[in-house]
Amino acid sequence: MSQSAGHALTLRGISHAFGQVVAANAIDLDIRPGELVSLLGPSGCGKTTLLKIIAGFLRQTSGDVLVDGASISHLPTNRRRIGIVFQNYALFPHMSVAQNIAYGPIAAGRPKAETDAVVSEMLDVVQMAAFRDRLPRELSGGQQQRVALARCLAIRPRILLLDEPFSALDKNLRLDMQIEIKRLQRQSGITTVMVTHDQEEALGMSDRIAVLSRGNLEQFAPPSDIYDRPASLFVNTFVGTANLLRATVAGTSATGAAVRLADGMVIETGRETPLPVGAAVLVAVRPEGMRVSATGGAGAIGAEITAVMPIGPALIYEVALIDGSSVKVVQEREADAPLEGSVFLHFKPNRITGLFPDHSGDTHKKGN
Amino acid sequence: MAGALNPKPKDWALALPLAAFFTLFFIAPLGLLVAISFETERQMTGTLGLGQYAAFLTDGLNLAVLRDTLLVGAKATLLCLLFGYPLAWLCTRVSARWQAVLIFLVVLPIVTSVVVRTFAWIVILGRHGIVNEAILALGLSAQPLKLLFSETGVVIVLAQVQMPLMVLPLITTLQRIDPNLESASQALGAGAWRTFFKVTLPLSLPGIIAGTILTYTACVTAFVTQSLIGGSRLLFMPMMIFQQAMDLQNWPFAAAVSVIFMVSVLLIVAMLVALSRSRAARLYS
Repeated sequence: MSQSAGHALTLRGISHAFGQVVAANAIDLDIRPGELVSLLGPSGCGKTTLLKIIAGFLRQTSGDVLVDGASISHLPTNRRRIGIVFQNYALFPHMSVAQNIAYGPIAAGRPKAETDAVVSEMLDVVQMAAFRDRLPRELSGGQQQRVALARCLAIRPRILLLDEPFSALDKNLRLDMQIEIKRLQRQSGITTVMVTHDQEEALGMSDRIAVLSRGNLEQFAPPSDIYDRPASLFVNTFVGTANLLRATVAGTSATGAAVRLADGMVIETGRETPLPVGAAVLVAVRPEGMRVSATGGAGAIGAEITAVMPIGPALIYEVALIDGSSVKVVQEREADAPLEGSVFLHFKPNRITGLFPDHSGDTHKKGN
Repeated sequence: MAGALNPKPKDWALALPLAAFFTLFFIAPLGLLVAISFETERQMTGTLGLGQYAAFLTDGLNLAVLRDTLLVGAKATLLCLLFGYPLAWLCTRVSARWQAVLIFLVVLPIVTSVVVRTFAWIVILGRHGIVNEAILALGLSAQPLKLLFSETGVVIVLAQVQMPLMVLPLITTLQRIDPNLESASQALGAGAWRTFFKVTLPLSLPGIIAGTILTYTACVTAFVTQSLIGGSRLLFMPMMIFQQAMDLQNWPFAAAVSVIFMVSVLLIVAMLVALSRSRAARLYS
């Protein structure tokens, strides 16, 4: 499978509109050879539109799609050599497993011996050799997905597209197939673009994630950056759980801004902000970036525990701050009983994920 | 499962009125028809035998009428399929609003009286009808074509009249095909024609067979269209039965002809059903 490895995919200024609705707005993506990239976003964010444009099912309003630097925008789907695995697998119901896999090579006019060899190889790759004469409806969901993948790889695609590949599988099988597809993708080194609305799937499988919202590219970065250093409030709240604390900028320095929280406490955020001193900001911090304890200390703020949820190894505390806002904190479960009543909320060093302009404050002020 | 397979007595009692209706007005007359067909004497004296069947089957002219009827049905059905398939395909590709318009146009022949519709065709196909005027004006032929009172005319009109019976099952089947299958075919490198012949057409086979059965049975038994468009010189089975029973008062012969006609059509339908069982049942079980 070496000849299908390592093709670069570039989207250059891709825009697409359905009537008045902008599904993609000047999207630029440089996907490196052999990379697995997820397009992540809520439904209607334009991720499926981008996938259809790459596959050639949809012609973009403007912009260019390039493989290894050469434009493929003018090519019809059947001449792009881009494989796609559909959400519902779209196996041909009237053909056996082997016939499904042979479909691409036969359409390409490969000699029979070569087609047979490819079919056998692909059946081995996805470990479905025992099922070659079954019809798709006689297979389980996971098996159908393996066949869909084999059928797709049989054309030695330059790019592999996966459309919500795991959403139709039950939870246990989902993880197995994620690992399996990740392994196959690594082995073959095929550049892969996966569309998903499932952040865990994207975080777990991708080399880089492109987060999309309303047709705009919010951030394109490795999973850890997306999680730890989200570029926008949208990314921060869409990926993972975010606590947003109201604050004002208290000062800026080379090491980042200091903010004044609602109860007057000033903390160092370690994050920079272009906002001036005094501006209203939302301080984003993940539930595991904080800690509650019975004792106070430097930088700790007073809080009241309103709910406790033990989830196996961890506890989720819901605590209310002095300004009435509520935050969630996840921490390891100690031998002692969970904390109750008045506690102190500590910020772990360098765990604030971002400072974002607080527009709700603006409107509030204007209202006054 | 057991409950569904063995309905309570009360449940199937609900089907009794319909069963009684069918027995009284369909099964019984059919039995009577078969019984009469074995009468050897025209006066129905009670002498039973296969005389009427022998009379029909040994006469070449009768057999020619049977053959012509089955053939004219086949031709009209084929024409229906050729025009109906693209139309049905189009219906599944356009917006919901256009689909409603197209389906309305397709169904229109059903909601028009068969006699009105057939006379409209007589006006259209006649020597000085729209079609011939157009052909002459375009210089496609020096003479007006003989469309009315010809087999060609019968085939054309039958195809138009029975079109809904072909198109509606086809639309249903085509709509059931997952559009991703065609996308998948293209992504695998197949062009539009290969996609059509390898994916769309095989998967629409159940609709083609259902439409063919409905259209064919409707075409071969279309008494009014066959008689009015075909005229007095073309004789088809329904008219032959009518003449034997009504004009010649030869009920036993008319009954035998009916049974032979019915069995012939049923054989063809059975063949089509067998075809759909072998292919389509494998796909949609």
